[in-house]
Amino acid sequence: MRRLLNLQPRRPLRLALFLAPVAALLVTYLAFSDARLAENPQDRLLPAFSTMGDTLLRMATEPDRRSGDLLFWLDTGVSLQRLALGVGLGALTALVLGVASGLIPLAGASLSPLLAIVAMVPPLAILPILLIAFGVGELAKVMLIAIGVAPFIARELEGRVRELPREQLIKAQTLGAGTWLTLWYVVLPQILPRLFDAIRLSLGAAWLFLIAAEAIASTEGLGYRIFLMRRYLAMDLILPYVAWMTGLAWFLDYALRVLNRRLFPWYGAEAGR
Amino acid sequence: MSELALKNVGMRYGDTVVLERLNLTLDPGTFCAVVGASGAGKSTFLKLLLSELTPTEGSITLGGRPLPQEPGPERGVVYQRYSVFPHLTALENVCFGLERIQGDPLFGRTWGAKRRALRAEARELLEAVGLTAAAERYPGALSGGMQQRLALAQTLALKPELLLLDEPFGALDPGNKQAAHALLQQLWAERGMTVVMVTHDLSEAFTLGTRVLVLDKVREDPHNPERFGASITYDLPVDRSAPPGAASIPHAS
Repeated sequence: MRRLLNLQPRRPLRLALFLAPVAALLVTYLAFSDARLAENPQDRLLPAFSTMGDTLLRMATEPDRRSGDLLFWLDTGVSLQRLALGVGLGALTALVLGVASGLIPLAGASLSPLLAIVAMVPPLAILPILLIAFGVGELAKVMLIAIGVAPFIARELEGRVRELPREQLIKAQTLGAGTWLTLWYVVLPQILPRLFDAIRLSLGAAWLFLIAAEAIASTEGLGYRIFLMRRYLAMDLILPYVAWMTGLAWFLDYALRVLNRRLFPWYGAEAGR
Repeated sequence: MSELALKNVGMRYGDTVVLERLNLTLDPGTFCAVVGASGAGKSTFLKLLLSELTPTEGSITLGGRPLPQEPGPERGVVYQRYSVFPHLTALENVCFGLERIQGDPLFGRTWGAKRRALRAEARELLEAVGLTAAAERYPGALSGGMQQRLALAQTLALKPELLLLDEPFGALDPGNKQAAHALLQQLWAERGMTVVMVTHDLSEAFTLGTRVLVLDKVREDPHNPERFGASITYDLPVDRSAPPGAASIPHAS
């Protein structure tokens, strides 16, 4: 018998091992749902998959009676826009701060400790401040996401810049580049793929801040909708919404990964590593 | 061409003396190989010549003028690793210096005829190091030997007065190493720049160098090993006119 740590599952077994827990979860849900619905057909806590499908279809295709909007698409569009603006703003700020702090020792002397402190502030704790400062409009929600992800990305990039071999910076100088041209032609192009990686890592946190902000102060959005529907115990809407958000998050992560590979073919196969 | 001169150069960090009393004059076009045990200060010596470090004592002059305070295009360097930029293709790597020098100071780029001329020059250099076929490839897709040849082309593009080599072939297998030696010797013979090569490979030093320096501690304090630094203990001219194996090695100076 081989040791457990040396046993590699072959392809069919690997697939079965992946599907087994997923199937187990689904079957468990169905069993409990059926049991509750048999007792009380009006039960809202564990709706049947068909009910969830109907509800989602209604949200996606029938205009809302009050506003005339297709709520599912409205929620999705608004939430994705907030997420993109917040992460974009945060990443851009982080890129400037992180690169400056990592490359220029004089800038690092002020920024490095500051970023370390700011990164420790729990972003949700400053949500009230943001609501006071920016009102309950879009800006506060975008700012929460931006402020939430920026210190993390900035510190990550600062570290990545410092990891660039010292040899490269010396080499650039012997090839006639000063601070500015070294930044532009040596540091920035090598940091961009790492920025994409850092964004991927921070997307989870970004979703958290988005849903929290929408739950507290919003009139549309995926997070707003599920917290609104909580009042009606509308699990037939909440569960598909959660699945949809999971799918979106997965897709964003995948898209960034593919984009990184396409834009920076040299990344991951660097010389001397 | 300019002469490199060190006068009483010393380097210490706090109480630790790494190098002391280095006196040396290299005629233009010398190929100087520096050998020494690990920790003898070979790397520090090279960093001093690059202005990555400033000597705590003495002075270094290049062509009669004090060495510039920061690394610049008058000196080229090839390291054992990280010598080429991983995000640029081979051709772009060779163009890097030419673009930065000839381009405008804000963008460091060239356009039009100037850019075409520069690319043609870079292609010639790639051909000289035998990398024409790899012009559009990234360094990550090149072998160790090819990367080092690319690094040589990239550095020589700016025609430095002084070429500094830090164990450039240390990571190559014997076959590749021999090919790289032949190439370096040919480039040196064609261009006639001064070369300072740090290596721990004695046979490499005597194969390539016209002058071999040995760095070692002259004085030793067993109770305080950091009190004295290394200095030049042997300064051996290698006679290239004599057949190999019959090089005349004079007494230590």
